[in-house]
Amino acid sequence: MQYFVNVTLTGLTEGMVYSAFALALVLIWRSTRIVNFAQGSMAAATTFIALALIQAGQSYWVALIVALLSGLLLGAIIERVVIRPVEGGPELNAVIVTLGLFVAIQAAIAIVFGSAFQSFPTPFGLEGFQVGDNRIALTPNSVWVIAAVLVTMALLVVLFRFTRIGLAMRASAFGQEVARLLGVRVGRMLTLGWALAAVVGSLAGLLIAGGEFVYPAYMDSLIVFGFVAAVLGGLDSPIGAIVGGLILGLALSYVSGYVERGSALVNVAALVILMVVLLVRPGGLFASSTARRA
Amino acid sequence: MGPLAQPTPTAGSTAIDRTAAPDTDRAPSASLEMTGITVAFGGVIALSEVSLVVEPGQVHGLIGPNGAGKTTLFNVACGIVRPTAGEMTWRGQPLRRLKPHQLAGLGIARTLQGVGLFPGMTVLENVMIGAHRHARAGFGSALFALPRSDRDERELRARAMTALSDLGAQQHAGRYPGGLPYPVQKRVALARALVSAPDLLLLDEPASGLAEDEMHDLGELIRTLSGRMSVLLVEHHMDLVMRVCDRITVLDSGRQIAAGTPAEVQADPAVTEAYLGDEVTAEEDAAGTTPTDGGRHHG
Repeated sequence: MQYFVNVTLTGLTEGMVYSAFALALVLIWRSTRIVNFAQGSMAAATTFIALALIQAGQSYWVALIVALLSGLLLGAIIERVVIRPVEGGPELNAVIVTLGLFVAIQAAIAIVFGSAFQSFPTPFGLEGFQVGDNRIALTPNSVWVIAAVLVTMALLVVLFRFTRIGLAMRASAFGQEVARLLGVRVGRMLTLGWALAAVVGSLAGLLIAGGEFVYPAYMDSLIVFGFVAAVLGGLDSPIGAIVGGLILGLALSYVSGYVERGSALVNVAALVILMVVLLVRPGGLFASSTARRA
Repeated sequence: MGPLAQPTPTAGSTAIDRTAAPDTDRAPSASLEMTGITVAFGGVIALSEVSLVVEPGQVHGLIGPNGAGKTTLFNVACGIVRPTAGEMTWRGQPLRRLKPHQLAGLGIARTLQGVGLFPGMTVLENVMIGAHRHARAGFGSALFALPRSDRDERELRARAMTALSDLGAQQHAGRYPGGLPYPVQKRVALARALVSAPDLLLLDEPASGLAEDEMHDLGELIRTLSGRMSVLLVEHHMDLVMRVCDRITVLDSGRQIAAGTPAEVQADPAVTEAYLGDEVTAEEDAAGTTPTDGGRHHG
């Protein structure tokens, strides 16, 4: 029983990070119909900025804030400079551009920060909490991870539901031409959407890096899981991305915890889950018929 | 249609005051003038030297057979299509390099053929977007939900609610457009255009898909609106056009073939010619269908 609880807790914590990463993908997909393959590299870049600051003696929190702000900037610049020219063209063009960015940013990281494995600190301990006589797999750091993702999501909900700028962003996502006629500066909203997505992606990158080794390609597996989570949720639904991330986190944790040599099967399991869900519900778990046409 | 929109009682904005003291009202300058508008798509001439003036507070109809260039002219007025030649002035200022997003700021609102509501947003939120140009909170304070933005937000909500009530659609405020009957969606789209209190309203086939009585209410509404704004109306339903318009411009194959009051236009042999092939004249067309829109009004 205790083992089950531990595996579940590990799955939830991992799943939270997948959710955040999937959410970043969904934010971009909703507003620009572009699958951003560069999301992982962008997050890796900001994580390395944070690491450089920490190594220079800054606190984790200063590094976190600087990393998130540089994510904001990076997202805005990429949308404005690289993505805008291919927007509205054939869909494949933008996808190829983000794939190119994925490789280019990773190369840039290696040039600037080197490609060695470097350990990334955590702000809180990695020792599990003591419950009775047992240590459970919930650590202060995983509480921080879960809380950070939940707070970010709550802020996004407030932004999209209750502020004028969020309203304008949603309008831009649902109908660019109509929004434009109503006076919405659609271009700015798309830039802001990319910037926000990059912040959420950066957060996911920082959280997954905590207590692990980072290297230019350390986000690659998270990219795969993030995509699976986003597609599970239907790509169009932020709630779907979150639930998709949690389902995937739990499922992968059970596979690696209960199946013999399961940790080697995690990537395969992710693919199997994706295929099963898409066979049963081709639009994803949270696809609704009233949602916009792709 | 529920309670119809009433003119806002601002100083000097009623029709009577305007004729009495035209200089004190901003409305008299609020005329849209299009002069010699020509649009060519490649080698195809969509519009050729079309000129019209939408006078302040008037309802100006734009009619013609399908393919006559009505929608193109509309798109020129919206900045979606840039004319190959010709001039446009609004409130006496030339409109060059007009872009769609500037319309709202210029006091021009447009409805679309069909409805064009945002599917993933509630009716109220759809209408709130229409009042976007009244946004006063800056980008930063709106992003971080500062108090001023919060107050702004509530004002916006109240304004949108009023616009919905004016059109009798307030009970649908919390619903999503996809689940509402078509005529209600049309009304919401109209509320979204009116919530910004525009000086010029561009109505693109507002009666399409409406039943007879709804169309009648729409006509009444357009007449009420004419007191406070200019209206440029593209419509296939001749009886509606003849009833609500002060002036009418008739296009055929991209050229202007007639212009004048409804009576003048109806008497013009060129107009009858343009619609020839069908025996129906505008006067006999009381049933609400026209030669050019067979069946589409139930779309």
